[in-house]
Amino acid sequence: MESEAVPESTGADPLPMPAIDAFVAHDAASVRTPWSEFWRKFRKQHVAVGAGIFVLLLVVVALIAPWIVPYDAENFFDYDSLNQLPSLAHWFGVDPLGRDIFSRILMGARISLMAGFVSVAVGALIGTALGLVAGYYEGWWDRVIMRLCDVLFAFPGILLAIGIVAILGGGMANVIIAVSIFSIPTFARLVRGNTLSLKHLTFIEAARSIGASDWTIVIRHIFPGTIAAVVVYFSLRIGTSIITAASLSFIGMGAQPPTPEWGAMLNEARADMMTSPHVAIFPSLAIFLTVLAFNLLGDGLRDALDPKIDQK
Amino acid sequence: MLQYIVKRLFGLLPTLLIVGVLVFMFVHLLPGDPARLAAGPDATPETVALVRQDLGLDRSLPEQFVRFGSGVLRGDFGRSLRTKRPVSTEVGERFMPTFWLTLAAMTWSVVFGMLIGIVSAVWRNRWPDRLGMTLAVSGISFPAFALGMVLMQVFAVQLGWLPTIGAATWKHYILPSLTLGAAVAAIMARFTRSSFVDILQEDYIRTARAKGLSENVVVIKHGLRNALIPVVTMMGLQFGFLLGGSIVVEVVFNWPGMGRLLVDAVDMRDYPVIQAEVLLFSLEFILINLIVDVLYAVINPTIRYR
Repeated sequence: MESEAVPESTGADPLPMPAIDAFVAHDAASVRTPWSEFWRKFRKQHVAVGAGIFVLLLVVVALIAPWIVPYDAENFFDYDSLNQLPSLAHWFGVDPLGRDIFSRILMGARISLMAGFVSVAVGALIGTALGLVAGYYEGWWDRVIMRLCDVLFAFPGILLAIGIVAILGGGMANVIIAVSIFSIPTFARLVRGNTLSLKHLTFIEAARSIGASDWTIVIRHIFPGTIAAVVVYFSLRIGTSIITAASLSFIGMGAQPPTPEWGAMLNEARADMMTSPHVAIFPSLAIFLTVLAFNLLGDGLRDALDPKIDQK
Repeated sequence: MLQYIVKRLFGLLPTLLIVGVLVFMFVHLLPGDPARLAAGPDATPETVALVRQDLGLDRSLPEQFVRFGSGVLRGDFGRSLRTKRPVSTEVGERFMPTFWLTLAAMTWSVVFGMLIGIVSAVWRNRWPDRLGMTLAVSGISFPAFALGMVLMQVFAVQLGWLPTIGAATWKHYILPSLTLGAAVAAIMARFTRSSFVDILQEDYIRTARAKGLSENVVVIKHGLRNALIPVVTMMGLQFGFLLGGSIVVEVVFNWPGMGRLLVDAVDMRDYPVIQAEVLLFSLEFILINLIVDVLYAVINPTIRYR
């Protein structure tokens, strides 16, 4: 798995995806690079490939949402069709205030995907750095960093995020900070474990014996070996993070109305559950399908990258 | 065994201490003056000064920490800013409903999760596996609050079979514990399956089959026992997930538990309650993990001698 693989690219690939488009290998490649092996295995998993395409579509929709929404998500009120069920004019129906639910879901995709991507990216970045340092240097560094992770892990689930939001105050930006911190220890432990097992391998010893600096060894030789696991967790954690961020908004600590955040929309819909359940259905489905896609993609990546990664 | 437990207990002390310091520091990390917060928005500067002295906020940080720590050890967390009642009473009333809710959720999710996992592993890549794993991946992808709202709408509002909110009878526990446990059941199912698939490929399973044991005995006696070891560890981690998840589920079902109290406290910036809650939640989680570790050592003796 550890690789200095040269990315091979053929522009002709039918399924360019964010995580892999840089290293798409061609079929008939006589040399089997780790990337071509990965792609060969990943491609066979139709569910994961489908999920990947769905994620890609979502990203595109989220990026262009402001230009494609049929109505303004926050400031358009159709007073003639309050609580209307889905129709041609309003694909997902209208909420009790007269806002178009379809437009709000599209704009919400922007918020949820950004919250998921940014928080996991920050968490993965800091966590990976800490994990590399802890695993490579061991000793004091390791003890301090792992103790820190133990402490962060001691606050169960969403509690850590709630505590951070209680200090920083509500709002989506603070939720993203909270969820980032919440993601750090997972990545730190994962990368530390990988680093510990990699650093005793012969190629690391070889690198050290020709006088490579610690920095070079960690960045050029150990880090690439941890990427596979980080990528898998990245996808799986985005699902968790989207749910966590939506949960915080749902309990009133994240995005505030009228922001079309999916969790906040569900919270608003709760009051009118009896009379207009359709208002709650679409945000629920949006969260479910988005998180499902990330989870299926993550499962596929795991199976393709390393069948031995244990799922936590 | 006793030695192992004592060793593990001492290992927890640094974590507990840091958690305690963090919870203590919480007040000072809050934006604004905690004395002003406690005194209320309309208080005169004199009152604020009096409150500051009363709460000991005028002393040095280490002094305050000692005061806070000794209070915590006596179960004294001060008074709620909102109700003016002792925090210990406030939290104490809310503890049991949350405890029973998480326990109910844990019980059924472990039972069903493991069952689905075992069935999926035994009939690997056939339809029971596909069905089970589809359910499981859906379970981890459906947010608890949305599931709670759906269940409430269908079973309480439309069909009228079950009560919607409150915690008075055992019937009240059904929907919230299903909501809370769904994700954990899904994770347990996935985890049990992968653990079981590994075990079923072991040599001793082949031996057991070769000597003519029935498939049931092979799966239950030889497979289950060994597959349980990683599953037990997983249970401890998942309990934390349940404790955290209960916060959201309690909001959906208006459950009179610690989670609801915490959300209200954050809303009202009732920091003594927040402190007590955060400390209790993490203490509970740490203790459960200790129990799980001990259980683990009971099942797997090699751990004890590390």
